[in-house]
Amino acid sequence: MSSVRRRLAPYFLLGPGTIWLVLFFVVPLYYMAKLSLESGFVGSLQFNWHWANYSEALSAYDTQFVRSFIYAGSATLIALLISYPLAYTIAFKAGRWRNALLFAVVAPFFTTYLIRTIAWETILSDESPVTEFLHAVGLAPSGHILATGPAVVAGLTYNFLPFMILPIYASLERIDQRLIEAARDLYASAAQAFWRVTLPLSAPGIVAGTLLTFIPAAGDYVNAQFLGGVGNRMIGNVIQSLYLSQADYPSAAALSFVLMALIMVAVVIYIRFAGSEALMGEEAR
Amino acid sequence: MSGESRAAGAWRWLREHAVNIVGGLVVLYLLIPIAVILLFSFNDPQGRYNYTWVGFTFSHWAHAFSRPELTEALFTSLKLALLATAISTIVGTMMALALVRHSFRGRRLANFLIVIPMATPEVVMGAALLSFFLILGTPSLGFQTLLIAHVMFCISFVVVVVRSRLIGFDRSLEEAARDLGASSFQTFRLITLPLIMPGIFGGAMLAFALSIDDFVISNFNSGTTVTFPLYIFGAAQRGIPVEVNVIAMMLFGVTVAAMGFATWQQRRAEKMASVRPEQEGGPMPMPGAAAAT
Repeated sequence: MSSVRRRLAPYFLLGPGTIWLVLFFVVPLYYMAKLSLESGFVGSLQFNWHWANYSEALSAYDTQFVRSFIYAGSATLIALLISYPLAYTIAFKAGRWRNALLFAVVAPFFTTYLIRTIAWETILSDESPVTEFLHAVGLAPSGHILATGPAVVAGLTYNFLPFMILPIYASLERIDQRLIEAARDLYASAAQAFWRVTLPLSAPGIVAGTLLTFIPAAGDYVNAQFLGGVGNRMIGNVIQSLYLSQADYPSAAALSFVLMALIMVAVVIYIRFAGSEALMGEEAR
Repeated sequence: MSGESRAAGAWRWLREHAVNIVGGLVVLYLLIPIAVILLFSFNDPQGRYNYTWVGFTFSHWAHAFSRPELTEALFTSLKLALLATAISTIVGTMMALALVRHSFRGRRLANFLIVIPMATPEVVMGAALLSFFLILGTPSLGFQTLLIAHVMFCISFVVVVVRSRLIGFDRSLEEAARDLGASSFQTFRLITLPLIMPGIFGGAMLAFALSIDDFVISNFNSGTTVTFPLYIFGAAQRGIPVEVNVIAMMLFGVTVAAMGFATWQQRRAEKMASVRPEQEGGPMPMPGAAAAT
C-alpha cells in the first residue's frame, strides 16, 4: 500500500459522516444562532444583532430554566441511587441470572418512549392502586400524583434509568476482582474495600451515566407534557411551543442556545471534577 | 431471647441480601410499565380513553391493523428507521474504523464532532434543524427532512458502539491473514468484517431503536408526515386507541427476537475469535479446559 493512500485513508473513511454531521448539525446551529439575533415577525425577520431576544427570553422563562435543572438534577440523583445497587447486583451477584437482568434493564427501550410515559400516566392516575397505596401510607396527602413535580421527576427517572445502569454496570464488570481481594487481604473491611477500591474504579461509569441521564432529562418535554400540570412546564415545553405553536422563532432559538450553553457549562464543570476518559473514549493503539 | 436472636438473624439475612433485594425491586420498577402496556392491550374500553380497566378482549389484537392512519404511520416509521439505520451504520462504521485504526491530524476534532451531538438535548437539535430548513426553504419538511435528521442523530451512537468493538480487536488475526497471502481487501472482508460484525449489528440495532422511537426531533421536522410516535402524540389529545398498545407490544416482541439473534451472533464471533494459538510460553489450548476452570 502506498504511503499516500495510507495517509488519505482515514479522511476517506471519515468523509461522508463528517460531511453529514457538519451539514446537518453544525451548520443548523449556525443558522439558529443567526435566527436568535433577528427581530420582527415571521415573514419579515431581519438580522440586526438583536441581543434583546436573549435577555427577554431569559427573564420571561427563568422559572422554567431553574425548574428544568432541578427536575433533571433530582431525576439524575435518584437514578444514580437506584442504579448502583442494581448494576452491582448484575455485575457481582447475579450469576446465571445476569443476562436475564440485563434484558430487564434494556427492555423499556424496546417499547416506544411515548407509550412508556403514557403508561406512567395510567399508573399514577387518581384511581390507580399505586396512587391509592401512596395516599394510604401518607406519601400522597392530596390523593393525586399526576400533574405534580414528583410525577414529572418519576417519569424522567424511569425513562432515562437504563442510560445510568448500563455504563455503571460496564465499569463495574471491568474491575479486576483481584484488586478487591488484595484490599481484603490487606485487612480492609468489606465496606472499606467498597468505598476505597470498587467505588473509585467504577467512577467512569458513574460519570458517563450521570451525563447520559442529565442531558436528555434537562431538555425533555414529553414527561412534563404527560405527567406534569401547567405549573410543571420545563424549558423544553417552552421551546417546543414557541417554535411549533407560536412561531416566535427568535425567542425559541435564543432559549435553545441558552439551554445548550448552560448544559455545556454544567458538563464541563462536572468533567473537571470527575475526569474525561469516560466521555472521550480511548485513543488509537 | 430466642425472639431477639431470630430478629438478629433476620437482620443479618436482610443485610446480606440487601443489594439483591434492591436490585429485584428496581427490575420490578423497570418492568411494571411494560406489564401495564401489555395488560391494556387486552382492555375493552367503552369510551375513547384507555386509562381504566374495563374488561378483557382479544379483538384489538385480532384487528391490530384496522386503523389505516395508524398502520400508515407504522409503515412510515419502519421505512424511515430502516433507511436511517442503513445509512448511519455504513457511515458510522467507516468513521469508527478511521478513528481506531489510523492516527491522523484532526482526530480530536473528529472525536469532538461525534461526541457533541450526543451531548446536545434533542429539543435543541430539532429546533436547529428546523431553523436550517426554514431559512433554506428546501428540502420541504417531510420524509426527506426526517431521514436527514434521523441519520444525523444515529451516526454518533453507531460510531461509539463499533469503536468499542474495534478497540478490543486482536490485530494478529489480520496480520496472519496478510502473511498467508490475503490481499488487504480479502483480509477486511474475510477477517475484520466478520469479527466486528456483532459491533456493527449492535450499532445498527441501536440506530434502529433510536430512529423508530424518536419523537422530539421528528416533531420539529416532520411537516405533515406522521410517524408512529407522532401518531401517538396526536392521538393522546383525543384518546389513544387500544391498537397502539397492541402494535407497541408487537414491536417489543420483534425487538426482543432481534436482540436474541444479536446475542447468538456475538457468541458465535467470540468462539471464532477464540480459535487462535496462545501467546508464546502460554499454555496450549486444550478442549474442555475452559469448562474445567
